[in-house]
Amino acid sequence: MASAEIDVKYVAHLARLALTPGEEKKLGAQLGSILGYIEKLRELDVTNVEPTAHAVPLVNITRADEIRPSLSHEEALRNAPKKGGGLFVVPKIVE
Amino acid sequence: MLNQLTISELTAQLARREVSAREATQACLDQIARVDGKIHAFISHDPADALAQAEAADQAIAGGAIKPLLGVPIAIKDVLAVKNQPLNCASKILGNYISPYDATVIEKLKAAGAVVFGRLNMDEFAMGSSTENSAFGLTRNPWDTSRVPGGSSGGSAAAVAADECIASLGSDTGGSIRQPAAFCGCVGLKPTYGRISRYGLVAFASSLDQIGPFTKDVRDAATLLGVMSGADPRDSTSVPQPVPDYAAALTGNIRGMKLGLPKEYLIGGLDPEVKAAVDAAVEKFTELGAEVVEISLPHTDYAVATYYIIATAEASANLARFDGIRYGARVEGADPIELYSKTRGAGFGPEVKRRIILGTYVLSSGYHDAYYLHAQKVRTLIRNDFLKAFEQVDAIVTPTTPTAAFKAGEKSGDPLQMYLSDIFTISCNLAGICGLSVPCGFTKNPKLPIGLQLLGQPFGEESLLKLAHAYEQATAWHREKAGG
Repeated sequence: MASAEIDVKYVAHLARLALTPGEEKKLGAQLGSILGYIEKLRELDVTNVEPTAHAVPLVNITRADEIRPSLSHEEALRNAPKKGGGLFVVPKIVE
Repeated sequence: MLNQLTISELTAQLARREVSAREATQACLDQIARVDGKIHAFISHDPADALAQAEAADQAIAGGAIKPLLGVPIAIKDVLAVKNQPLNCASKILGNYISPYDATVIEKLKAAGAVVFGRLNMDEFAMGSSTENSAFGLTRNPWDTSRVPGGSSGGSAAAVAADECIASLGSDTGGSIRQPAAFCGCVGLKPTYGRISRYGLVAFASSLDQIGPFTKDVRDAATLLGVMSGADPRDSTSVPQPVPDYAAALTGNIRGMKLGLPKEYLIGGLDPEVKAAVDAAVEKFTELGAEVVEISLPHTDYAVATYYIIATAEASANLARFDGIRYGARVEGADPIELYSKTRGAGFGPEVKRRIILGTYVLSSGYHDAYYLHAQKVRTLIRNDFLKAFEQVDAIVTPTTPTAAFKAGEKSGDPLQMYLSDIFTISCNLAGICGLSVPCGFTKNPKLPIGLQLLGQPFGEESLLKLAHAYEQATAWHREKAGG
């Protein structure tokens, strides 16, 4: 495993999460100690062990591809922070 | 007082027309008015809506309807969608969100006749063990208001312990039902992964989350489990396993059942009073005719570290949806990325930020295999420990928590210490098995509840309920009331 150093600023950018310099500093220290604790997993030999992504082995669960009732336009927009013309309003993306 | 009744007691009285659902609901609302200023189990509740549902139930009863929860007031953790009610996950980021639909479990409760009311406090996005990480303030433990109710479903446990409702729902990702049930002295059940549909449960860690009940006794847990279980086309991880009549398992006869006592759970931090209570409970099981054997779960010591990789990784992906575009609060920005970052920076609290950063890091390029994939392999070893143990025993018995409820503020400055308080409950979610906490005693001074945890094999809820019920019948712990 990697060393218990973490570039909080870079990871926060990946997570699209604005942090204050104070938060960055505090998180860096706390995550250092948590990652230090997590290092103990390195003691275990997991050669030839299959990963478990999901505890119940179900495969290919599908349902019939049929039209069913869903949220109305109005209900889907009900909680929008900004809307107009029946759409979600977002900042300009293309010039 | 009607608010103190169990589901089975209340439904019996309703069927005999001795009381009305309106009276029972009003009794809960009166208790909230009396004690919730101090306990703060509820973020909000709508008395008029609750009473309207109760009146509809009374009409149905008058018309001869028979349903398992008809007229029973049940309160809901603020992580489950109830149509036209607020949903905040105890976070600022959801703003004034109102659910446009019902979670599957809510549809099922309503179909069974329940009065579905209230939004119960929790750790923000179910991340925490004390309900101190709520943007809506602390919930207090009804047994000692200087102490936490546990978490993340602290409001669900406190509301049942303080008789502010007849039963409640919570969710459990690493112990978030069983640990607060233990701290508040009620019964809490985390069903097997896939037993109950997660549709309408706001996702924290999708491979670990399950919904479950908080109740005043084991029979009520069996009733709610029966109502909520079953496959759902809207959740592809719900399992098409038949739903047994759980109440039929409550025979009181556990003669010949085998219980396993894992030697790895005798850890240094185990409080002597908790240990003594669990030892006495094991003795009681032996008196009732069960056989107790020592077993080994050799990878126990790695569970907390494994959990904090897998749960945070899944959380970082799940919480990406809170971006200020389609719902919830928004902080404007010059471009979408700035809008996302500012919205999330302002909307999430410290523990959620900590877990998003950790989860993003363990999934990031160059670290994925070293952390996430490695943890998934250790998860296999942990699961195999349990499956091997269940070849030998019907259930595993442990303390639910190493100590009774701790004081507010005691662990909030040290995330790692807080994480380690979940040491006995976390493996259950990683293994995908079922677990239940039942009251098994009290500490002396102050008097605080102690929880006994029973762990069962996948879809082994009947064995857990049978054992817990027999134990409950032979003891009186569950009859003791907070503040009384």
